[in-house]
Amino acid sequence: MKPVEIKKDVFWVGAVDFGCHNFHGYSIAPRGTTYNSYLVRDQKNVLFDTVQAHHAEDMLTRLRQVIDPEKIDYIVVNHLELDHAGALAELVRVCRPEKIYCSSLGLKSMAGYFNMSGWPVQAVKTGDTINIGRRNIHFVETRMLHWPDSMFSYLPEDKLLISNDAFGQNVAAGCRFADEFPRAELERAIEEYYYNIVLPFSPQVLKTLALAAELKLDIDMIAPDHGFIFRGREEVSYILEKYRALAEQKPAKKALIFYDTMWHSTEKLAYYVGCGLESVGVPYRVMFLKNHHHSEVQTELARCGAVIAGSPTHNNGILPPVAALLTYMKGLRPLNRLGAAFGSYGWSGESVKVLHEWLAGMGMDMPAEPVKCAWSPDRPALDAAFALGRKVGEALAAKCGADCK
Amino acid sequence: MQKYVCSLCGWEYDPAEGEPESGAAPGTPFDQLPDDFVCPVCGAAKSDFEPA
Repeated sequence: MKPVEIKKDVFWVGAVDFGCHNFHGYSIAPRGTTYNSYLVRDQKNVLFDTVQAHHAEDMLTRLRQVIDPEKIDYIVVNHLELDHAGALAELVRVCRPEKIYCSSLGLKSMAGYFNMSGWPVQAVKTGDTINIGRRNIHFVETRMLHWPDSMFSYLPEDKLLISNDAFGQNVAAGCRFADEFPRAELERAIEEYYYNIVLPFSPQVLKTLALAAELKLDIDMIAPDHGFIFRGREEVSYILEKYRALAEQKPAKKALIFYDTMWHSTEKLAYYVGCGLESVGVPYRVMFLKNHHHSEVQTELARCGAVIAGSPTHNNGILPPVAALLTYMKGLRPLNRLGAAFGSYGWSGESVKVLHEWLAGMGMDMPAEPVKCAWSPDRPALDAAFALGRKVGEALAAKCGADCK
Repeated sequence: MQKYVCSLCGWEYDPAEGEPESGAAPGTPFDQLPDDFVCPVCGAAKSDFEPA
């Protein structure tokens, strides 16, 4: 793959990882991913971010097509996580830069990952600007978006925002621009990335959007460090508005039902909960946790205003896949959801109480009493599951009102 | 009143605003926050805070 000139003298020199399906060990990336790195050629040549270590040679090969790496004067490290800084030591060795810029909190993570002795590192903060010839680079710290060290680099002369992980997507493809890729799939990839990485920091997203407006940043291109680049005003507005909506988490009129099951009893309840939702016109999706990775379920949450969890009672608790999912979901701090619980049991029946407490612990409103049934669901148990779906559906429709997506 | 900043992520505790989500009413000085107070953004312990 060739370097791509995204603006005059600004080149994409990153790496496309078609083989990556396990993203950082906690989520799946069925479309692969991309590590974006950008080179600006000016009086001072500047490289923004690198790639994951095993793509260092790939990146260097691409870089050499547009510049002799020894002519790189500055390396800007917007974020130290190893998918972007993994090749940093190798790049520093090859380029021997005059300066390496990172945020003040980036110094900590840089020192934690690398032997920095002899590295000409300089910490920058929001408002700091460096001139590189015909251009300036403004730094904007974006702490906890999504690490303490995270930072944006803004090039006003190019109206270009290099945004690091914000606005990224896990997609490997032959094209570099968002407008070259099917929109519906792009939308899903944006939601997947946001809901599995950025969601807990939604307040920071809203603050950053407000800051960008306050600083009157004139942007006609957003270049994230994963996935596609957004070019043109329309595309920039699209992704900014998409992020605003994702961060606001207004209720969506759709319910997510997930469950695990041993002898199909909890599964039967799941389908009757779905019928109850259907009876009041609320769309839903049922996800069986032995078929879906926890990150797929989390992605579906982007389109759902209600979460209905099912597990049989197992050893006085819930089944491990359900516990894993709840742990994952709680850490990602979803807001503004309705919740409900159901499950079968043999003799003691603790599972629904455990599920109920987990969901309530995420701040969810719980409009219906949990439904549990012994052994195999009989007619009254199936009716109770139906009623639970109906009740949650009615509450969700009321909550959405005219405001629903 | 003295503001405090989280040394891990940079979030600032402003006593004038408090942190109602964590049960700290506006006007609560930092030293009167409970020992198990954590940074609402990154989860750092109270001991990780420094005067701003």
